[in-house]
Amino acid sequence: MKHNGIGASAGRIARAICLLALLLPVLAFASDRVPKPVIDIARPGKCVEDTATMRREHPDMLKHQRDLTMHEGIRTQKHSLKECISCHASTKTGSVLGNNGFCQSCHEYASVKIDCFNCHASKPKRIAGATP
Amino acid sequence: MSADTNEVLSRRGFLAISAATLGGVMLAPGVRLIEIAAARAPEQPVSRKVRWGLLIDTNKCAPGCDDCVKACATENGLKNTGHPRTDAQWIRKVELKDMRTGRTNSVPVMCQHCEEPPCVDVCPTGASFKRADGIVLVDRHICIGCRYCMMACPYKARSIVFQSISDQNPDVPRGNGCAEGCTLCVHRVDRDQQPACVEACTKAGHNAMIFGDLNDPHSEIAQRVAKYASTQIRADLQLNPGVRYQGL
Amino acid sequence: MADSLIYRELGGPSRRFWSLLALLAVPLALGAVAYFYMEHYGHIVTGMDNQIVWGMPHVFAVFLVVAATGALNIAMAASVFGKPVYRPVAPLSALVSLALLVGGLALLMLDLGRSDRMIVAITQLNPASLFARRVIFYDGYMVSVGVYLWFLLERRMNRYIRPAAIVAFLWQLLLITSTGLEFGFNFRAAYDSVLYAPMFIAFAAAYGTAVLVLILFAVCSWEERPVAEALLRRFKNLLGIAVGASLFFAVLFLSSKYELARSRDVARFLLFDGGVYTALLWLGQLVIGCIVPLALLVRSQFSRSALAAACALVVLGGLAQMYVTLIGGQAYPQILFPGMVETSSFFDGEIHPYTPSLVEVLLGLGGMALAAAIIAVALRALALLPTRLEVPAEPQA
Ligand code: SF4
Ligand code: SF4
Repeated sequence: MKHNGIGASAGRIARAICLLALLLPVLAFASDRVPKPVIDIARPGKCVEDTATMRREHPDMLKHQRDLTMHEGIRTQKHSLKECISCHASTKTGSVLGNNGFCQSCHEYASVKIDCFNCHASKPKRIAGATP
Repeated sequence: MSADTNEVLSRRGFLAISAATLGGVMLAPGVRLIEIAAARAPEQPVSRKVRWGLLIDTNKCAPGCDDCVKACATENGLKNTGHPRTDAQWIRKVELKDMRTGRTNSVPVMCQHCEEPPCVDVCPTGASFKRADGIVLVDRHICIGCRYCMMACPYKARSIVFQSISDQNPDVPRGNGCAEGCTLCVHRVDRDQQPACVEACTKAGHNAMIFGDLNDPHSEIAQRVAKYASTQIRADLQLNPGVRYQGL
Repeated sequence: MADSLIYRELGGPSRRFWSLLALLAVPLALGAVAYFYMEHYGHIVTGMDNQIVWGMPHVFAVFLVVAATGALNIAMAASVFGKPVYRPVAPLSALVSLALLVGGLALLMLDLGRSDRMIVAITQLNPASLFARRVIFYDGYMVSVGVYLWFLLERRMNRYIRPAAIVAFLWQLLLITSTGLEFGFNFRAAYDSVLYAPMFIAFAAAYGTAVLVLILFAVCSWEERPVAEALLRRFKNLLGIAVGASLFFAVLFLSSKYELARSRDVARFLLFDGGVYTALLWLGQLVIGCIVPLALLVRSQFSRSALAAACALVVLGGLAQMYVTLIGGQAYPQILFPGMVETSSFFDGEIHPYTPSLVEVLLGLGGMALAAAIIAVALRALALLPTRLEVPAEPQA
């Protein structure tokens, strides 16, 4: 079976999750600190809403925006997944996924499956000649 | 990135105002740029007054030329995995030969953006839907991959994705297990650009494809279909596709 | 009269029953493995492609769904049309119908490109869609048949059997007609015929009755349950009529396709030069599925083994029929430009090849095994069949 990029990385992620699941009790036992997600914000500045709102409501915002975009062609940037990604992609990997990726690290911590990146690009569009 | 989008925004804002106040800038007498007819502010929903369509002049379409197909693949991130039977094809060139007369034609075929789309009629979840402006799309958020639309589409316009994909164009999300088809480059249309195939065809000097608003009597496409004979594929099915062909 | 019957669960030592379940667990487990394999790698591991979009799982699934609607006929004959001779098997008939439907629907769900979104499939319905309406029909059918079965089993509810049966009957009609029409309304050249609705009603009656009788025989070989020959003769006649009607409609359908100029090419493909589809049509659907069973059934001398053989052949022929209808119908190219020769990179104008992959077959067999397991467990847990199916039939019922 040939693996393509996502297949392979999904496999890696799956293995990482399994490993993490196996290690978690050990880690929790070894230190009294529960591992926290890595929230590595490469581009400091203000998000579209305050942090508490974003943490709680980003799924609803994204869902609301997705329906507007999909069905009514409204492509405003605030609350659009594309904008989230272009701001939050890691400066190292260029992606919001990966072990320390903005989306993945937190979702892994909360063990909430992200369905977005089956279809959506996890990296912002490369613009020729533009420095991000 | 942001500079780029701001520019688009401000241009669109300006056009929206000018379209509203001046009633459109005349290009040639009676013909307006499609951008102006279409311009809407980014927060404005698509309008029912618009019906996007394509007019393909098969007399100008060269056999074997696949500029439009290549442009589509690049724009929408359709990659060749070496398995043509399972690779998605949103647009294809169909070479035709009339059995009786021997006349040949070469025609690009993509989703025909039917006014009465059977794919929408059969879709169990409502994932296949028609936008107010006539563009037929798949909402991958709710598509369950039942492939019913593929069974129902008379034009073989839909593909399903057989494997997970990576490195999508951020404007064109696509992924394993969902049905998909030509979107008329809806992400470009929403930015007041032409579909990639049309742009490529024009750029290469063939000028075989025109894109525009069939409902706007001033648009080039509406004027052309009003003046010259054009047909729809399988017009007998009465689906009233938004894609029309000349010279078939 | 029917009330004098004593209904009993499936007996026998529990070790024997567990080994039966263990036997059924093998195809079930293989089906589950096949599903996870498909789910993990995507439909690339099936034989399907962008031309043949419904493969082997659909062949099994549609067969099960069609047989499910037909399996209820016996119960309906007993409770709606007042034929007491069928009353002893009415609960079995309802159960088989439910189990086959569950097996078929499970297959349809597991074969989805995004089977992780099954919930969406059930909750987010597009009311205009024929297919989604079918989801409603499935639900309504299952509920109404379930209620009917409950009334049959619950003595206090016995007097409401008839109204419940009528409701179930209406759902049954809706479901089978819509299944047939779903093909009939399709634009593909092989479909596109209103004959599909009556044809599928006949198919359903044949497949459903055949499966029901096979299960009855299986119970009889499991333990001593004497079955009146009069009842089996009824089954024989019913099956004969259903198979005869299937043959009639199939011939009518094929010849009407052949006679109409616009569909002659596809008829020629199916009838003469479709390769495996032609073979399956003639040998599978017509000879094994109709002609041989008919010959076995119309023999004047009644024999149980002949009836059992006829039932098994009808099931095999039914699967062949589904393969021809579903896969053959897709293999024949979609005509975009009538009168023109089409060629393209998307295989326009060509006969599309399809080879079912092992995973698909395993998944399909898993669906069959699921239905069988449901029947086995339900028969063991519920008193669905009388100890003796020997109620003398009224002479003119
Ligand atoms: S061409 Fe096919 S996919 Fe496109 S709108 Fe018509 S039926 Fe739907
Ligand atoms: S595959 Fe997706 S879009 Fe097509 S009918 Fe099924 S749910 Fe609708």
